[in-house]
Amino acid sequence: MSFFLTLSKSIDNLNERIGLGISWALLLAVLVCSGNALVRYVFNTSSNAWLEIQWYLFGAIFLLASSYTLRRNEHVRIDVIVGHFSKRTQAWIDVFGFLFFLLPATLLILYFAIPFASESVRNQEVSSNAGGLIVWPAKILIPLGFLLLSLQGISELIKRIGFLMNLVDASAFEKQALTPADEIAAIKEANKITTLSEA
Amino acid sequence: MAEFLVANMAPVMFATLVVFLLSGFPVAFSLAANGLLFGLIGIEVGLLKPELLQALPNRLFGIMANDTLLAIPFFTFMGLVLERSGMAEDLLDTIGQLFGPLRGGVAYAVIFVGALLAATTGVVAASVISMGLISLPVMLRYGYDRKIASGVIAASGTLAQIIPPSLVLIVMADQLGRSVGDMYQAAIIPGLLLTVMYAAYVMFLSITRPEALPALPPEARNLRESNGDSGLTSLALVLAGGALAGWSFNAFYLSGIATLASDVAMVYSGAVGVISVYLLAILNRKKQLGLLSRMAEKVVLVLVPPLALIFLVLGTIFVGIATPTEGGGMGALGAMILALMNRRLSLDLLRQAMNSTTRLSCFVLFILIGSSVFSLVFRGVNGDLWVEHLLTSLPGGNAGFLIVVNLLFFGLAFFLDFFELAFILVPLVGPVADKMGIDLIWFGVLLSVNMQTSFMHPPFGFALFYLRSVAPKEVKTSEIYWGAVPFVGIQVIMVALIIAFPSLISVANKTDMHEQIELNITMPDAVMNTDTESPNLEFTSGTEPAQDQTSGLKVEMAVQTTKP
Repeated sequence: MSFFLTLSKSIDNLNERIGLGISWALLLAVLVCSGNALVRYVFNTSSNAWLEIQWYLFGAIFLLASSYTLRRNEHVRIDVIVGHFSKRTQAWIDVFGFLFFLLPATLLILYFAIPFASESVRNQEVSSNAGGLIVWPAKILIPLGFLLLSLQGISELIKRIGFLMNLVDASAFEKQALTPADEIAAIKEANKITTLSEA
Repeated sequence: MAEFLVANMAPVMFATLVVFLLSGFPVAFSLAANGLLFGLIGIEVGLLKPELLQALPNRLFGIMANDTLLAIPFFTFMGLVLERSGMAEDLLDTIGQLFGPLRGGVAYAVIFVGALLAATTGVVAASVISMGLISLPVMLRYGYDRKIASGVIAASGTLAQIIPPSLVLIVMADQLGRSVGDMYQAAIIPGLLLTVMYAAYVMFLSITRPEALPALPPEARNLRESNGDSGLTSLALVLAGGALAGWSFNAFYLSGIATLASDVAMVYSGAVGVISVYLLAILNRKKQLGLLSRMAEKVVLVLVPPLALIFLVLGTIFVGIATPTEGGGMGALGAMILALMNRRLSLDLLRQAMNSTTRLSCFVLFILIGSSVFSLVFRGVNGDLWVEHLLTSLPGGNAGFLIVVNLLFFGLAFFLDFFELAFILVPLVGPVADKMGIDLIWFGVLLSVNMQTSFMHPPFGFALFYLRSVAPKEVKTSEIYWGAVPFVGIQVIMVALIIAFPSLISVANKTDMHEQIELNITMPDAVMNTDTESPNLEFTSGTEPAQDQTSGLKVEMAVQTTKP
């Protein structure tokens, strides 16, 4: 089991790094997009390559960071019913879900996506827009994203099983998002609220 | 067994989906797994062709290349940066002082600022937290009724869901195959109307129960002049001056350019008026000129930046200079500049905003991926026909359909959030509405108003949850719940009003404008049709491929850029 736990840790690390790194692409996309709009308005020209970069970046963000989102347990769940169950029961449901929902789905999509992307690479596919970019880097993102997602699914599965065997603490996979308390603290901090509310 | 499956594949698939979703496993993967499971079963029993699933990567690629969806991370990022930029706090403080002397004044201020924040940050949680931290203590200190105070805050916070640039409307437009710009334009009137209805409710209370919403006592008004003057005359003068500046710019400069459309001219002259007022206020502060009262100076300095941002984002989209995606990009840049001006932009804030935005975009886009896997197969087994049959056989025709769909959304909104509703249910009911001759923009806005309630119905309402966590202990949870009820009532009235008076959502007006432009430039042969055909939205989308949602806008832009 310790081998699997180490494996899970390294997958987590990998995806965390990729996720944090790729979020910079968002800033880049913001700059490219507003730059495009300004250039078009001021100089009356636009370039398809720059327009295409926008959604390449966007695709990279949501495909490559999805595994990081899964690692943070932030894919939305409907927990009206399950929320009342014990942590162990929830972990059992997750084990079932990773085995029979997530992994089959991601692996099947991966199975279809690999020929889809490799054909594009083989043909050196280029965008049909005038002055557009080469297409295969965008298409490769799909199998790559689903590969990372499958890996993260395996890691999450290992962590749930570890938890059920009392080897892993629940904090290893519970949602680490900002709680309302954190968010409030951040807003307060940003605005020095103590002075303001005296008004 | 196999025969039963073949005959009832769609209902069985839908029932299984409900079980999958209720299992509490992430929605995105439950949806995808359900779709793939039934895809494989369908291929096995011969109902589907084996090639069907091979279409999946191409569908994913279509989602990637969808420019409209790019607006989702942009607007989220903009909101997250703004929520920590101090803008909300300045606004609440100053507008509270402005309206404070009125009975129910702080409540009006909350509603007004709620609408302004909705048009800029668009984050329900952030609006509710800011208002709960700043305005709630003020209201409580001066004796506001706790239920009313918390109800006003929760309801005003949820305005972010309906007033553009709201994410709900982007998702709606995407799912219904309409342009985001049109959806935004159509949502403005209902959004403002809701704001007015909230204010009217506060006014009604301030007449019937004056003791529940007292005016701020003189000692609580800290923006008065040293001689006790309120400074309102000065504010009125400044605003009149700004209006004059805008008007004269229009009259003496813009009217010389014959080609300029009137709404564009209005936007430009409005900008000139606002900028001149802002410059005056800055000059007054820097040089201590004493031209403006403290109130006037503060109000101008605080109100102009968000208004400028609204112009930068919504103004450019409505005038047709920018697509919603570009509006989002510019808005995000504008938010960073604003935060920089307030000295709040730090690497830490940027990183946090980027990470949260990345995760939000991932889960939203993956629900979309899951639901498109589901719908690929669901359509393959004729699920769409099944849903259509269910919904069209309802008694009462269109009205019956609308009422049932709205009740369904209202009920489900207790348990599901709007992303789930929009991605799972909207694609099912949308095509049926279209076949019944219901305008999809109108339908989308109607459902968005309805889904706004999901944020404030007790006990799961997201806005109530956040308000609970910032409200002082003296405010009981039951008071927060009961406070929200009248506002949920207003929401229901609004939905009923829209159904009773469909023209509240002005689909026709702006189609007129689109038609003229498109007719003149891109399809001169269609001119003859306009006389016999009443203007409706189908016209625009019927001539363009439905997927190309920005095409209408692009045409308009092409028009403007070719003008001399």
